[in-house]
Amino acid sequence: MNDTLANTEKKTAYILTLPAVLLVFAIILFPIFANVWISFKEVELKDIRIPEPRAKKIVKSISDEHSKIKILYKLRNSSLLQEIRDVSFKDNFPKNFEIENLDSRCEYKKSSLKCDFGNWPAKYKENFQVIFSTNDGSKIDKKSLKSIKPKLDGKSDNILLNTNFTLKNFKKVLFENEFVDLLLTTFYYTFFGTVGSIVFGILTAQMVNQKFYGRTFMRSVLLFPYVAPVVALAYTWELLLDPNSGTLNSLLLNYQIIETPINLLGQKYIEIGVFGFDFKLRLALTTVIMFEIWRYFPLAFLFILARLQAIPKELYEAADVDGASPFQKFFKITLPQITAVISILFMIRFIWNFNKFEDVFLLTGGASGTRTLPINVYQQGFAISDIGMGSAVSIVIVVLLLMFMFFYFRLLGKRVDEN
Amino acid sequence: MRIKNTTIFSLISTFFLIFLISIWKILATLQGLSINSFNIEILFILGFLISLAHLGIGNRIKLIYKSIIFSSVFVFCDGYFIQKLPIWYNVGVFLILYFFSYKISKYSFNDLQEEHSTQVILFDFLTLFGILFFSFVILFPFYMMLVTSFKTQIALLVNPLDFSINFGQDIKDLFKSYFVIFKSYKFGKYILTSTIVSVGTVIITLLFAIPAAYAVARLNFFGKTFLSTSILIIYMFPAIVLVIPLYTIFSQLGLRNSIEGLLIVYTATTLPVAIYMLQGYFKSIPKELEEAAILDKLSWFGIITKIIIPLSIPAISSVALYVFMIAWNEFLFSLMFLDNPNSFTLSRAIQYLSGDAETPRQYLMAGSVVVTLPVLFIFVYFEKYLVSGLTAGSVKG
Repeated sequence: MNDTLANTEKKTAYILTLPAVLLVFAIILFPIFANVWISFKEVELKDIRIPEPRAKKIVKSISDEHSKIKILYKLRNSSLLQEIRDVSFKDNFPKNFEIENLDSRCEYKKSSLKCDFGNWPAKYKENFQVIFSTNDGSKIDKKSLKSIKPKLDGKSDNILLNTNFTLKNFKKVLFENEFVDLLLTTFYYTFFGTVGSIVFGILTAQMVNQKFYGRTFMRSVLLFPYVAPVVALAYTWELLLDPNSGTLNSLLLNYQIIETPINLLGQKYIEIGVFGFDFKLRLALTTVIMFEIWRYFPLAFLFILARLQAIPKELYEAADVDGASPFQKFFKITLPQITAVISILFMIRFIWNFNKFEDVFLLTGGASGTRTLPINVYQQGFAISDIGMGSAVSIVIVVLLLMFMFFYFRLLGKRVDEN
Repeated sequence: MRIKNTTIFSLISTFFLIFLISIWKILATLQGLSINSFNIEILFILGFLISLAHLGIGNRIKLIYKSIIFSSVFVFCDGYFIQKLPIWYNVGVFLILYFFSYKISKYSFNDLQEEHSTQVILFDFLTLFGILFFSFVILFPFYMMLVTSFKTQIALLVNPLDFSINFGQDIKDLFKSYFVIFKSYKFGKYILTSTIVSVGTVIITLLFAIPAAYAVARLNFFGKTFLSTSILIIYMFPAIVLVIPLYTIFSQLGLRNSIEGLLIVYTATTLPVAIYMLQGYFKSIPKELEEAAILDKLSWFGIITKIIIPLSIPAISSVALYVFMIAWNEFLFSLMFLDNPNSFTLSRAIQYLSGDAETPRQYLMAGSVVVTLPVLFIFVYFEKYLVSGLTAGSVKG
């Protein structure tokens, strides 16, 4: 009895989870494997269209002979690159039709014309013509003839399915295309964006954890950048930072803080002198990181605030009795209590920032030194239309992320052991 | 000690005052006033003197008179001698000063002698500073987006600092950008597409996620732990990795430029979050209810529809709102899959609009307002549901 109950429970569980699991498998897990597959191939955007045999049917009447008609099929291979094998052709005609010139490749049976055209090489074209007459001499309706479409079929290699593999893509990704520069840019973007958003998260959470008038309102305002659509925010920032008539530059010019407008999103480097040392700051990258921090610190804020509100009040009361200063309370009580949240946040944000595409794409399009790895996936795959390269870059992203997660968890595990 | 603390207190409060007045000046500049300098030196001297005077006077004068005196002196010095500015600007300065004197009135000489008093003061002012700073930094772009959509191209080029809106003009002129984007750029159609895609995603996701979450929360089966951990891992998985294979597969299947294609992808990407959030809630429902239902010979379908769903309406609605927001805001897949303007979503349409350098910026901003408003409205209106859900599952972004 118990056994059958457990069995039905199992069955029910599989039925309930199956649709979700299947969908996620088809759209998320399968593409990941497909990505590995494609990354070892030389595929371009134009190759992924499957080659098709096509025929355009033109019906021409023959003058003086109403019971005869000429039909021209413009045959072609839709692909400029691949051949189609065993092309078969089929077209149907009215019952009273009789064929006048039967091509050797074809046969006419039961008022349908069937042909075997054999193999068509790439770019193949042929004008194929047949003449029909009606056996009862009746007039031919051209329109109804035209409305019947011929059926063509053929076998072709789907370039994605053949087994020609190459390491060319990975060689190109890793040894050309300024891979080191790409990696560094991505790392700066990810690391500083993550750290910045956590620092701002701590500050704002500490702030909202205090009691003041309008606190709930403040909490929702702080989340605005996180919930608003990225497209709207990116274009607003672009307008704000525009060098010609952007608000920020106009304000700075108005208060005579700068003399010439700064192109915050279009300038790769800016020279800054501090204590006699001149160093180059990557200006556009910094701006993009600022936007990232601005947009994502609310997530850190929320997590940290939730943790702060769970810290027992007694800890602070005891500290007050001991005469601790506010800074001591922050560093000795608050900070140790939120380290666990911060380490989780660091991981989540690091992974997500590492893959962030939209923000940089919308702000700079990857120009002026802001080309990160995800941007490179897009540029390789769609701008240069080399699908194989794009795939290879995204595989590199996954491998790097897995490495990061592996080391991060080891590090975390060690620290937990020590404590 | 006393002198040191007094100086530190005055300095901190003065910096806070400078910050307040500077923000006010920036806002005033953006209303078209010509203010060319912050006059920080004068602000500094005045602020310092006011802080000192406040400590010196103490409780000898009532707070309200004291504040009025300070404010008037400040307004007189700053507003009248230095800059000739309209009355509303000076009223603002007066109110800021009144607020400021009210804030510093909490501190007296006696407080300054207590242990850690400077740190306490620093913390208090940092909090105040933070509230104002973050409100300004966050709200300013939204304010700019809204205001720009009501301006004209010429006005924006002539004086990019003049954000004032002339409410006296005709409604048609005021909302001209909105009329244009709906008429000549077909934004009505894009809104419809976006709505269909987002609502469709919500419905399909819930249909798939509720049974799955119930199974994960309640039933015992082989592979359950594997399933629940893989949900989290898949949730972390980068979307950019899926783009190329999905693009090729969708091209070969003819699913690009179709609403169905978007629906499939959005549902698959939001399912893990939805299942994760729902199963957490389902676990909190007391088991006894279902046991009674099983005795009544209710099938799993009956249990889910008659017990689980009615009891978890708050969780389900918060998941629904989230999924809606994710689908509405989504950009990457709509960029990849849609290249025919007839099937654009709102985000994609705005991006397409900006690709044309000739598009006036007020149209772009009007489009941005149109895409942002529904999300912000939902967020503010259902904030309570959403914030608890955010920390539980967190929207991917």
